[in-house]
Amino acid sequence: MKPFDLSQLSRAHEVRFAADESTDEKLPWPQFTVAALNFFYGTHQALKGINLIVPNKRVMAFIGPSGCGKTTLLRTFNRMNETIPGTRVEGSIRLGDKDLFSFPATRLRRVVGMVFQKPSPFPKSIFDNVAYGLRLDPSIRRREIADKVEQSLRRAALWDEVKDKLHQSANGISGGQQQRLCIARALAVEPEVLLLDEPCSALDPISTAKIEDLLFEIKNSCTIVIVTHNMLQAARVADYVGFFLNGELIELNRAKQIFQNPEMQQTQDYITGRFG
Amino acid sequence: MSNAVLATPEVPFESRGLDKKQTWWERLRKGDEVVHLITLAGGWSILVITGLLVQHLWVYSRLSRHAFGWHFLVDSTWDPVNGVFGAWPFVYGTVVTSLLALTIAIPIGLGSAIFLAELAPRKLSNALTFLIELLAAVPSVIYGLIGIFLLIPVLFNVVPYVQKYFGWIPIFNGTFYGVSYFSASIVLAIMVVPFIISISREVLISVPVSQREAMMALGATKWDVTWRAVVPYARQGIMGSIFLSLARALGETMAVTMVIGNVAQVSTSLMAPGYTIAAVIANEFTEATGDLYLHALIELGLVLFVVTMIFNALARLLMLTMKGHEVVG
Repeated sequence: MKPFDLSQLSRAHEVRFAADESTDEKLPWPQFTVAALNFFYGTHQALKGINLIVPNKRVMAFIGPSGCGKTTLLRTFNRMNETIPGTRVEGSIRLGDKDLFSFPATRLRRVVGMVFQKPSPFPKSIFDNVAYGLRLDPSIRRREIADKVEQSLRRAALWDEVKDKLHQSANGISGGQQQRLCIARALAVEPEVLLLDEPCSALDPISTAKIEDLLFEIKNSCTIVIVTHNMLQAARVADYVGFFLNGELIELNRAKQIFQNPEMQQTQDYITGRFG
Repeated sequence: MSNAVLATPEVPFESRGLDKKQTWWERLRKGDEVVHLITLAGGWSILVITGLLVQHLWVYSRLSRHAFGWHFLVDSTWDPVNGVFGAWPFVYGTVVTSLLALTIAIPIGLGSAIFLAELAPRKLSNALTFLIELLAAVPSVIYGLIGIFLLIPVLFNVVPYVQKYFGWIPIFNGTFYGVSYFSASIVLAIMVVPFIISISREVLISVPVSQREAMMALGATKWDVTWRAVVPYARQGIMGSIFLSLARALGETMAVTMVIGNVAQVSTSLMAPGYTIAAVIANEFTEATGDLYLHALIELGLVLFVVTMIFNALARLLMLTMKGHEVVG
């Protein structure tokens, strides 16, 4: 493989990110810079030479058929894949201007939060669920926790629905509420980035709409990377969309561009439903 | 309303055989009724056996019950020669040895289970678990022998030091003869640890990956994941393993009688010899002369049954109070 020129990659993407003439907003700085990333489960290569930039405080969506590597890439951003034995990463990922792999994984995961496909509340009260991450950090005082829990639940648009039953079991609320609770739990530790792995695939359309609304709010303070199978969802929430196929990043572009006028034939085929 | 007429099905219901009631014989032949009967019989047999057990214990302890009344429970005299019987030393011995055994076994068992489920490589974990489950199958008389030939000689070397420094605490003072509540508790602990490990490991392993990952994604260390996410999620199963162990400890007979000393007395000191309900029944049943003696022993059995029930009820109660934030489905 050719040695990778990071400056070129950045410039290429800057052009792309700036290509929207309708806004004269300031260019976002790269939250993640991924260069020549290969990922292996044992001998199976799940990601092949991925180069991409995730812009700060934007929503980036990864789409593609099952098994195309989008979730693997997402889980590489907070190094969750490290916990699976037999996996191997090649190439580089930078968080801001630092090497992602130079941080202790536990500290990295407080900066890069994650919400999973299946709502996974702990079998505790709603309050305790949100406070869980806060309590891991001994420097956060007891008094602050209650404030931060309320603040996080408000950010996750869940406060009004649960404020009267904060001390009831988190398993007693609906699936959509549980997923927003998980988002609140991830937001409580004030991460810079929020990774969402198909957060709505188990939810009904109304709950899905609530979460999508929520993402618009969160992106003012947080970079969001979302993996989704639902192309309409990607079109609704994302600023940028990356299309993956067989472990390769086929196309990365503004969401409008991808859905209206994709550059690659494979992207065109996928979004029009000709395969996948 | 409109005058629209609903179309009738072309094939009438009757001819499809849907309205035909299956006869009992047909249901029997297709298996449903068989399964129903078998499971019903199984379920009822539990109730019937328990009922018969209690009834027998009740009927055949009547002489003793009439002679001593409630006094039987609190009286410390056990004098077959003069026909005076009190259960207190045995109840005390049973409860003390079982609780002390659990106090020793829970940290060891839970610690081992966490190691096997969370930390050890899976191959090592499986191999060790196999050995541990083998331990659960060892006959209790073997544990008794281990107690006599291995444990007690070691205790003879250790206990003097304990008594030298902690002898001022009532539970450690007095002469140590080897056989004691303490020895019995350790043997019991060794016997129940395999249950705790084996069941707890199983429930710890079955905690969903989603719970672990959710915890990890919050920046938790391995230990935080284990202690704050996995163990709380599995706590019901862990409690279950502990209660099973408690039941086992309360009823254990052979190993206990070999190392407890078989002296019907109540001592504050754990170093003193004692007796348990199961042990006294086993030892004296064959040589019980006279109906009152026999009935007193059977009443002891009734008392053991009640003690076990009380502990089980307390355990249920504990579970219920912990159930505040229960995992549903």
